[in-house]
Amino acid sequence: MGEDFSVNLPDLNYAALAPMLILFGAACLGVLVEAFVPRRARNAVQLVLGLLALVAALVAVLLHAPDVTDSNALTGALSLSIDQAGLFLQGAILVLAIVSLLLFGERTLENGGPFVAQAAITVGSELDRRQAAKESGATEVYPLAIFAVGGMMLFVTSNNLLVMFVALEVFSLPLYLLCALARRKRLLSQEAALKYFLLGAYASAFFLFGLAMIYGFAGAVDFRTIHASVTGSTNSPILLFIGLAMLSIGLLFKAAAAPFHVWTPDVYQGAPTAVTAFMAACTKVAAFGALARVLYVGFDGLGWEFTPVLGVIAVLTMLIGAILAVTQTDLKRLLAYSSIANAGYLLVGVLGGGKQGLSSMLFYLVAYGFLVIAAFAMLTLVRDADGEATHLARWAGLGRRSPLFAGVFTFLLLGFAGIPLTSGFVAKFAVFGAGINGDQTWLVLFGVLSSIILAFPYLRVVVMMWLSEPGETTPSVSIPGMLTSTALMIGVLVTLVLGVWPSPLLDLTTDVSNFIR
Amino acid sequence: MKYLSILTLAPLIGALTVAFVPRAKPELAKRLALIWSIVVLAVGVATWVAYKPGGPRLQLQESYTWIPAWGAKFSFAVDGIALVMIALIALLVPLVILASWHDAEKSKRSVPAYFALLLALEGTMIGTFTSADVLLFYLFFEVMLVPMYFIIGSFGTDVPAKQRQYAAVKFFLYSLVGGLLMLAAVIGMWVYGGHTFDWQTLTNVEFTTTVQRWLFLGFFIAFAIKAPFFPFHTWLPDAGGAAPAGAAALLVGVMDKVGTFGILRYCLPLFPEASRWFAPWAIGLSVIGIIYAALVAIGQKDLKRLVSYTSIAHFGFIGVGIFAFTYQAGSGAVLYMVNHGLATGLLFLVVGMFVARRGSTLVTDFGGAGKLLPLLAGIFFIAGMASLALPGLAPFVSEFLVLIGTFTVNKPVAVIATIGIILAAAYVLWMIQRTTQGNTNPALLDLAPMKRDLSLREGIVVAPLIVLLIVLGFYPKPVLDVINPAVQATLTDVVTPERADPAPATSTVEAGK
Repeated sequence: MGEDFSVNLPDLNYAALAPMLILFGAACLGVLVEAFVPRRARNAVQLVLGLLALVAALVAVLLHAPDVTDSNALTGALSLSIDQAGLFLQGAILVLAIVSLLLFGERTLENGGPFVAQAAITVGSELDRRQAAKESGATEVYPLAIFAVGGMMLFVTSNNLLVMFVALEVFSLPLYLLCALARRKRLLSQEAALKYFLLGAYASAFFLFGLAMIYGFAGAVDFRTIHASVTGSTNSPILLFIGLAMLSIGLLFKAAAAPFHVWTPDVYQGAPTAVTAFMAACTKVAAFGALARVLYVGFDGLGWEFTPVLGVIAVLTMLIGAILAVTQTDLKRLLAYSSIANAGYLLVGVLGGGKQGLSSMLFYLVAYGFLVIAAFAMLTLVRDADGEATHLARWAGLGRRSPLFAGVFTFLLLGFAGIPLTSGFVAKFAVFGAGINGDQTWLVLFGVLSSIILAFPYLRVVVMMWLSEPGETTPSVSIPGMLTSTALMIGVLVTLVLGVWPSPLLDLTTDVSNFIR
Repeated sequence: MKYLSILTLAPLIGALTVAFVPRAKPELAKRLALIWSIVVLAVGVATWVAYKPGGPRLQLQESYTWIPAWGAKFSFAVDGIALVMIALIALLVPLVILASWHDAEKSKRSVPAYFALLLALEGTMIGTFTSADVLLFYLFFEVMLVPMYFIIGSFGTDVPAKQRQYAAVKFFLYSLVGGLLMLAAVIGMWVYGGHTFDWQTLTNVEFTTTVQRWLFLGFFIAFAIKAPFFPFHTWLPDAGGAAPAGAAALLVGVMDKVGTFGILRYCLPLFPEASRWFAPWAIGLSVIGIIYAALVAIGQKDLKRLVSYTSIAHFGFIGVGIFAFTYQAGSGAVLYMVNHGLATGLLFLVVGMFVARRGSTLVTDFGGAGKLLPLLAGIFFIAGMASLALPGLAPFVSEFLVLIGTFTVNKPVAVIATIGIILAAAYVLWMIQRTTQGNTNPALLDLAPMKRDLSLREGIVVAPLIVLLIVLGFYPKPVLDVINPAVQATLTDVVTPERADPAPATSTVEAGK
């Protein structure tokens, strides 16, 4: 055969890839640590390694940030777009991951940490009881988390649907595993993992199917070509519409938007709280980062077509999240529904469109991430003999016993409710402003309605803590260890600072809201 | 001098210092809170002196960068309307702190927390009146809820725990509904008004008719809930009934005025066309409020709830005065805001003194208390007379101004509103008769506190209010001089030429005599 089989290797911009390379390298190293470091020292080694890797990746992101231009953003034969918005998203994921990893490492609250030693042991057996009481938790969680973070970073910068799919799997699989590793309430945890895995696999299949349809329409999977075909092709758009719809289902599943939200409360409740915090903050950033990229870069020519549909989804998400939150009696589930409603507010920003829509979404993601990590960190502190006491009724009169704890949690709840002087207010203002600016006033009105409904469950928690009399079963608030304290302090401080002085971050998000295809 | 930023920040800093006083030292917390509130009063007096009644509309301006990306600034400025309200707050808070000296102990909760919350409330309330930036105003408007919520929920010991929880949550949710609707309107205004929050700039923006009407509604509903106007009023009797008397005096005396102030500062100048369009509706609600609330007040069994309902009726008068769109009625409405704060504040504080002695808020638990407590009953009488606008006391002047200002343009409304005065006489006199006159309730004789008449502390609390009620009843000129230019500036855009009428300065003084 006379054909030339030589392959042109694509150019790779290693400076741009460095953060992800560092993370994947560190995660592999973490796996080796599991094999070679003695069990007693593993937790410390893994924690330090994980934190170092994340910080190093963050430094690499920061170092690369000033060099990014519109022309050098694309790398790897159009498959990656390390543009300014992408770098911002990567940085946000890294910062939030650092804070949540601190929660992973906490060992003073519970003997052996929040994770189980061996997840495969039959629940309820003699062996299981022994390991729950004594054995040190699994340390594989650190490399798993680092793999997930690496996947998320790839996810938000992919300029190619195939790469995006690979990244989706890279960050999803570790998350499924992490969900199953709670030390207490093992059955709930395993159920959560299984549900998440099955539904997640289903959503991935949708994504893949959509990808195939789009390939059928555009003949390519990179966003530059897709964009060109969407605006210029004369092909029948049926494949395109079906493809985009299926693609969106896959992404909206990760973002926990209704009607693809049903996994959220179960998974948030069953997963170890540290993992829940990690998912609620980082997965949200990744999912919305990718969704925005798909809508703004790949299919922006279809704005008229998808905006009403996604608008309906946003309304559903805001209302379902808020209304079902009212009926919850478990705090983790309450926060899960609130996170669903927040996905709806984020969608309002995204659908606002333009630079303002994108920057409002970026701001919201950061503000919400810190807020939600701090809130889940607080949940890990209220404990009784069976682990965390997350039932709302158990929190009665907590303010009387631990005023500092209740005060901080009240502040966070006010943040969720969007009361001024918290980041929640500024973030909500930003997305609603983008919504009205993009002529989506009806979405904003539903957003306001949903905020009103959602204020009620938050207020109920405040009433429980401050105005109710303590019961006999009111659990105690543990003194947090250094790691949890640090995570909490960062979360609360960011919530306050972004509420009072949001300018620097607002300016930054405005500067970087620019996707390159 | 940066009067306004100091005035806004001082109580907030004071709240922080008081909050950090150890729980075991309640006396220290009380004294510290009192000192802070007196400092604020002193700054308030200095601000009043620095303000030039004949000067530009917004005075004592200050501005600091906040969120340049959104065009939001920490900018402060006052007009005459805001100035008199600030003076009212600065005066009432030290009196309330003195009056609540022993209230917090009853709750078995942290005493420093109570006084810190009172100061925080003062700071946020002053903030709503000093801001010249719409976002800053919104910030104070919302944050104001938080201290009040905890005051009602944690320290309202006159009612059972369930009831005060209910009242606190109802208060918060009602206000939040209004607040969030206003948020939508604020965002809309920002988008359509050219991405700025500067009030002065926004007054020059011409919004289209549709946009104006929607924005007006967003603001107006928030303010109508806050004020409260019928039918948004149902939270007030619950909150006023559950809050400790001192806090209730602030709630009804000042916090609710943020609603009417908001209408004057934001609805009328920013959306003049929409204001004219909605005015008949607003007047209708106000008139219904005057009659309905007065009738309900007559039927109340609980003293604090009764006073709350009288307030709703009075807010009806203020509403009529604002939306009549004449200078006389407008000045009357603003003067009413001040006088009502003094009169209802006094009434709430005196009721609190009765309730503290009797241990009950029910009208039927009193009866003939005047024989045991002659001085206190006398002050109660004066407060009641002020509330029903007896000539010679301050509220009469304002009520009269509102009525004649309205009569010139809308006779039926003025006539119906006048019925409200008769009803006011009914509920006040009947309340006084059932509590202090007649045969002495035998249960009162066994209570030791019922034998202690007005203490020195209580005397200090009520004296300034009584003096002001009488002085302003005969000589309202100093306050009117400050109010009139601001009211004229506020109403210029909504008053139609044929409705223009002379400024009320001269006629007012005569009315007072």
